[in-house]
Amino acid sequence: MSVIYLLLALSILVAIIFFIAFIYSVKRGQYDDSYTPSVRMLFDDELVNDKKNNLKTDTNTI
Amino acid sequence: MYQAFRVNNMSNLVCYHCGNSCDDNLITKDKKTFCCNGCKTVYEIFSENDLTCYYDLDQNPGAIPEDILGKYDFLDNQNITDKLLEFNDNNKQVVSLFIPHIHCSSCIWVLENLHKLQENIVASQVNFPKKTIRITYNAAQTSLKEVVLLLSAIGYEPYISLEDYEVGKKSIDRTLLYQLAVAGFAFGNVMFLSFPEYFEVNEFWLEQYKHVFRWLMLFFSIPVVFYAAKDYFISAYKGVTSKILNIDVPIALGVVVLFVRSVTDVILDLGSGFFDSLTGLVFFLLIGKFFQQKTYSFLSFERDFKSYFPIAVTKINVDLSEENTQIYEIKKGDRLLIRNQELIPVDGILIKGNATIDYSFVTGESIAVEKKSGDKVFAGGKQLNGIIEMEVVKSVSQSYLTQLWSNDVFNKESTSKFKSLTDTISKRFTIFVLSIATIATIFWLFIDPSIALHVFTAVLIIACPCAIALAAPFTLGNLLRILGKKKFYLKNASIIEKMAKIDTVIFDKTGTLTSTQKSEICYVGKPFSEEEKHLLQNVIRISNHPLSRMLYNSFDDVNQQQLESVKEIIGKGIEATHNMLTIRVGSFSFVDADMDKNQFETAIHVRFNGEYYGKYVFKNSYRKHMEQLFQTLEHSFSLSILSGDNEGEKVFLEKKLPKKVQFLFNQKPEDKLTYIQSLQEKGNKVLMIGDGLNDAGALMQSDVGISLSENINVFSPACDAILDASNFKNIKTYLTLSKQATKIIKYSFALSLCYNIIGLYFAVTGQLEPVIAAILMPLSSITIVVFTTVMTNILGRKLKD
Repeated sequence: MSVIYLLLALSILVAIIFFIAFIYSVKRGQYDDSYTPSVRMLFDDELVNDKKNNLKTDTNTI
Repeated sequence: MYQAFRVNNMSNLVCYHCGNSCDDNLITKDKKTFCCNGCKTVYEIFSENDLTCYYDLDQNPGAIPEDILGKYDFLDNQNITDKLLEFNDNNKQVVSLFIPHIHCSSCIWVLENLHKLQENIVASQVNFPKKTIRITYNAAQTSLKEVVLLLSAIGYEPYISLEDYEVGKKSIDRTLLYQLAVAGFAFGNVMFLSFPEYFEVNEFWLEQYKHVFRWLMLFFSIPVVFYAAKDYFISAYKGVTSKILNIDVPIALGVVVLFVRSVTDVILDLGSGFFDSLTGLVFFLLIGKFFQQKTYSFLSFERDFKSYFPIAVTKINVDLSEENTQIYEIKKGDRLLIRNQELIPVDGILIKGNATIDYSFVTGESIAVEKKSGDKVFAGGKQLNGIIEMEVVKSVSQSYLTQLWSNDVFNKESTSKFKSLTDTISKRFTIFVLSIATIATIFWLFIDPSIALHVFTAVLIIACPCAIALAAPFTLGNLLRILGKKKFYLKNASIIEKMAKIDTVIFDKTGTLTSTQKSEICYVGKPFSEEEKHLLQNVIRISNHPLSRMLYNSFDDVNQQQLESVKEIIGKGIEATHNMLTIRVGSFSFVDADMDKNQFETAIHVRFNGEYYGKYVFKNSYRKHMEQLFQTLEHSFSLSILSGDNEGEKVFLEKKLPKKVQFLFNQKPEDKLTYIQSLQEKGNKVLMIGDGLNDAGALMQSDVGISLSENINVFSPACDAILDASNFKNIKTYLTLSKQATKIIKYSFALSLCYNIIGLYFAVTGQLEPVIAAILMPLSSITIVVFTTVMTNILGRKLKD
């Protein structure tokens, strides 16, 4: 038994894992909307800033 | 001096919330300016809940919340809400709502933070391209109605129509994506595995393991042939059974031959087979399909009256109690209550109140009509002024407007008889290839029978028209995107080919040639003195009547003033007195306009101190570039105008437009449809350009139906393409462009035939090695993709204005 069979099997296995991951993500609807997530990922930072600002103003008023 | 300052300042002040200019009623809060209390309220809601970030993401992103009193009471009705919900287990409910106002990142942000405004909302997710929001909420604590009211309160009113009630859950078809994944996966791996054989090195290790590699390739290509390429077999089978040699016939033939030849090669140990070409071919073809499949998901090209009509309406029972009733349950004789801004769902007779009905969605007419009790009102109109009561004369499906949809055009399956360019060439191509394959095989049977079969399969493999099949999808798909950027949205790419064949162009008049937003107001009568003019303007300012608002907006600047006594008689007019001057403005009967008997025109009449002065006449204004457009179209197309109106403007139009144009007035919706049918029977290819629901039949019947829309988000009837009204003048350019696109496709055919001839040389002489096929096939496809993309982009530049 040559090592090439092992390597071949492994490489195909890895490829198949990625293939299944892709199919799964399509099935979950991740490719239905390709625009909104690109905007959404930018929000988190702003949210944190906003909270900090509010905290600041709160402490100021107290 | 003061006046000048005010005007100047006014232009700078825009509402912090919605971006409208703050007219005469400026409201300030927290050093921010607002145009109305509605906008201020939304701002207050946001600032109380730490959501002011909304205004930082985008400038003036909001919308003025509409007055929705009682509008969503029908959501109390359990049967109706059940149909709208996507998921319901009594504790948790999920609903998807269409919100037309979604337009910027602020919208996404605030809508996905709804849980901060209402704690029972568990999650909300926006789909921006579709303009929908999916909300999950705790049903035990809140209800769909409360969620909808919350959305409306912050200016994001959802659009709920009869269509939502009927259509259940729409499942999304992702088959093409799966097929593409399978083909791409197999293509990549097969390419990898076949690589060593390309160099034909007789290296020991390669020799020893090549069988493993070949069998692996065989296994990889099985799902490609039987799953990814299955649509080509189905289409080819359908084509052959209906005796049409469409492009899928040679493709399917090529795939079958490739697969059978390769499998036998591997089993009989004759060679490595053509698995790389096979998987590559299917992958490229599917990419072409995917590219062409571009859709504008926020637009709908399939709408009928259902997406415009409400789900429920308020019915007044015999005991005068009000009840929300589903529209289909309305019977003849029922009494309905129609509130301000609500739609009249059925034909009926007005029994109480004065109606001002806007039929712009039906006819495109921008000026509302007045109705008195006892008058007939038709389905599709929108009540603009106060509450009315009406008695139902016909049920929903039998109303004047809606019965249009019972016409056969809307019911027959749209199996188009349209023959595309690709189909035309594929017939000749298939015959040509088959005859070459036969001749070559016969030739080799006499010379060297051992390779005759080899040559036969080689010809069919190399002639597989991958490049030809890609020419149209890439040309049309790219042009579709270019046109989309110019606000001309096509339903699918094949519309461009249909547009190239058009020889007759038909326009609807009202709403298409005329603008639905602008109307011309002209004064006919005795001129006013400065004082009289001043008084008139201030009187008009007070009135909330739609016509008064339009007239008021046409005044340049008004010196505002309090009036001494004002008396408004709803539905008739206003009487006011100031500085010994009495004015009466309003309808014909209110002003006693004896001299003027023309009651059919829409006008505001004016009388000072008992003397009739004159009237402001409202007319639809024609679109700016109408004459130029007709002049450019005149030479290459026969033109007609179909109108549902009377012949009032015939003389005017005849003067303005070229002599060739045919005019047909007093056309009912069905008449428009049959007129187009009669033209088509004469062999004409008809392009219909319309706007309202009354054009729906004509748009459907025509070869290409374009719906013109001032606001593409609102509503347009079922059609092949939606054109933003601002690009009305470019119609001629679009038609020329589509003709040029078909030329590009033809050139690409010629180009790919060159590749085929080179390939055929190798095949016929019996020298086709897998590596040659593996080079030629992708090369020809890539050439075509590059050629068509570059050419269409050059065409697109012409549209730059």
